[in-house]
Amino acid sequence: MIEPIAKPRRKNPLLRTRLPTSPPRARSRASHGFTRAAAEGRFMLQRCGACETFCYPARDACPACLSADLVFTDAPRRGTLLSETTLHIPADVHFRERAPWRVGLVAMECGPKLVTHLHANCEKGKPVVMSFQLDKSGQAVAFAHPERETSNMADDRQWREMTADPKFRRALVTNGRSIVGQEVVAALKAAGASIVFVGVAEPWKPFRGEETLRGLEGVQIVPLDIGDEKSVADLAADIGGKVDILVNTTEHVRSGGLLDRQGTSVVRDEIDQTYLGFVHLAQAFGPAMRMRGSDGVNSAAAWVNILSVYALANWPMFGAYSASQAAALSLSHSLRAELRPGGVKVVNVFTGPLDIEWFQTVPPPKVAPRAVANAIVSALKRGLEDVFVGDVAEDIRQRLAANPKAVERELGA
Amino acid sequence: MQNSIRTPYDRVVMAVPVTIPYVRYSIESAQWWMGRALKALVDGAGITPRDIDGFCVSSFTAGLDSGIGLTQHFGLCVRWVDTIPLGGASAIAALRRAARAVQAGDARIVACVAGDTNHVDSFRYTLENFSRFNQDAVYPYGAGGANASFALIARNYMGTFGAKREDFGKIAVAQRSNALRNPHALMKTPLTIEQYMLARPIADPIHLFDCVMPCAGAEAFLVMSEDVAASLKLPAVKILATIERHNAFGDDPVQVRGGWAMDVDELYAMAGVKPDDLDFVQTYDDYPVISMMQFEDLGFCKKGEGPDFVRQHDLTIDGSFPHNTSGGQLSVGQAGAGGAYLGVVEAMRQVLGQAGPTQVKHARIGLASGFGMINYDRGLASGAAILAGAGA
Repeated sequence: MIEPIAKPRRKNPLLRTRLPTSPPRARSRASHGFTRAAAEGRFMLQRCGACETFCYPARDACPACLSADLVFTDAPRRGTLLSETTLHIPADVHFRERAPWRVGLVAMECGPKLVTHLHANCEKGKPVVMSFQLDKSGQAVAFAHPERETSNMADDRQWREMTADPKFRRALVTNGRSIVGQEVVAALKAAGASIVFVGVAEPWKPFRGEETLRGLEGVQIVPLDIGDEKSVADLAADIGGKVDILVNTTEHVRSGGLLDRQGTSVVRDEIDQTYLGFVHLAQAFGPAMRMRGSDGVNSAAAWVNILSVYALANWPMFGAYSASQAAALSLSHSLRAELRPGGVKVVNVFTGPLDIEWFQTVPPPKVAPRAVANAIVSALKRGLEDVFVGDVAEDIRQRLAANPKAVERELGA
Repeated sequence: MQNSIRTPYDRVVMAVPVTIPYVRYSIESAQWWMGRALKALVDGAGITPRDIDGFCVSSFTAGLDSGIGLTQHFGLCVRWVDTIPLGGASAIAALRRAARAVQAGDARIVACVAGDTNHVDSFRYTLENFSRFNQDAVYPYGAGGANASFALIARNYMGTFGAKREDFGKIAVAQRSNALRNPHALMKTPLTIEQYMLARPIADPIHLFDCVMPCAGAEAFLVMSEDVAASLKLPAVKILATIERHNAFGDDPVQVRGGWAMDVDELYAMAGVKPDDLDFVQTYDDYPVISMMQFEDLGFCKKGEGPDFVRQHDLTIDGSFPHNTSGGQLSVGQAGAGGAYLGVVEAMRQVLGQAGPTQVKHARIGLASGFGMINYDRGLASGAAILAGAGA
């Protein structure tokens, strides 16, 4: 039985902010197969292509037949908890300040044995369901869950270290004018966020959905124009110390590639909003978030980018837009590395064309703004890093894995 | 009893057991500690460093140096060199390899040395850089340093075979009582079973007195032919039998036995003795549960009878089953790879009658074992040797 976590009280300004510490980060190259699995919320193990043996930890040769053909494949998640221990005096600083901490040894039904973090409801001798998670170092670790749903399951102390659950956290959604922004606000509130700050540029100009937004309890509209460095810095000076989750819902979509546009003003706007806007946000809010990665129940936890899946492969119909998204994607990887010492996750949510005005001419399937919002909350609750929303995004992901050249030619056809 | 087809270690002996007294922390390097041990070997044997033509070394903290770099550091010109990174099984492996080298004539006098320093951050560095599986799949769980790995093994063993904390405690308490007679032991105060039971938990069911204390120190011995030992007038230790096994029983879901169980018949067959013939036993005791497992796997009782065996025996120097007579790593300290040598060197002293205050009366023949390398979920390396003095 897990006690529900309590809503954190106002922070005592006289107390020092605990600085984040990282669990051990070093991994072998092969082991990053688990990092990939954890980032996407999959459970993958190495399986031998020759003799089909599953193995763990990550190897470079099969322990059953010495084949080098070890492939990370989705694997059955069930196992049995063979033994468990509670660490009272771990050697490592990160775990020492989190002790007592439970770990166990799980025998997977498919063969391998996994040393794993344990959800509090896992019992010795009982079945468990495994996942790989990104811990505060950003690296993959095994996590054992009880076989069935238990009460207040998501409030488990060890599980919450692996996730960026919005419950009792404070979020900033950068663009309240967009439908996606409004849906994200609603989804975060529904997931238990204590406050959602919503950025609106030039707030005196009315917008659709404004009344509903203003009527939501725990939602504060704040002035924010992310293309304007001063506007972003001013807001950060005001609320930067209490943004635990930042969702960048910037939306600047214009069709066209290079040859049919006159001059660079449209491209410049795209870069101002998408790329420089990201830079402004990161420089203004990133340092405080990194500093607050261990700041209790409402520690800084995640930065979310909504990116077009065409950041991964240029779609010439929206060619310059795709390039601005690619720039933001590249920048997100820098931000991810820079926030990692704070244990703050950078979640990239890749979508196909959204069902919004700017994609009016694009044929279905299109992604409903609410689906994006739900995917964001789900990713935060599950601690994911790379999420693909909708059929088009999933289609591009799979095709890129199969043959990137074919994707380039076909998108440009 | 089966017969051994292996070549006996005829006319090969060990001599000059050396211990450089341990300290909890040292600002000196591992090379310094090994250097002291080498000096004690040549002084003890009445030889010069030039007489050493074989060199075998084990250390966790020698940095970038393996045996070859150390030959130049110590001014040794050898025709046989080995670096043995087997942790707690290093001494048994060193003795086996050196003995065969001497037997084959590849070396005349082999110095086997293990030395480690313990700076304030040495232990953490060793944990962080232990092995690839450890780094990938154990250390990230806060489980580095073997405490958690042995906690998982101990809990399973307790549940499967009915061992109680009191049983592990009896092993630790007996060793402390032995250690109080050993001036080199770092632990100088008596330990009662009550204190053992009330100690703070480290990783359930492992509590404070189940753990060894990392420290700095060095241990060493020489391996040579019987003739060389006689010409140097050195009291000599005979090697009756040895075994070594790695990554045994990989299909056991949780480790309940070590590699000894695979080769124990061979061990006694080669030695031509029975477990009852032994006058003392030095097990590798990084945790009492591992010593208990060895009582089973080395043939003193059956699998699962370890707890009962402990209950029925007095494990002190003067008891019915003298065990870890120096105090073992639990009470002397764990000097890195020196921990592997501790039992072997103490066994040499016992059969030579040189153990002084920890001497088992009339000890002629005894066993020393090694165990090491918690690479992932279990100890991979195991070994054992039966040694005898001149009278045996």
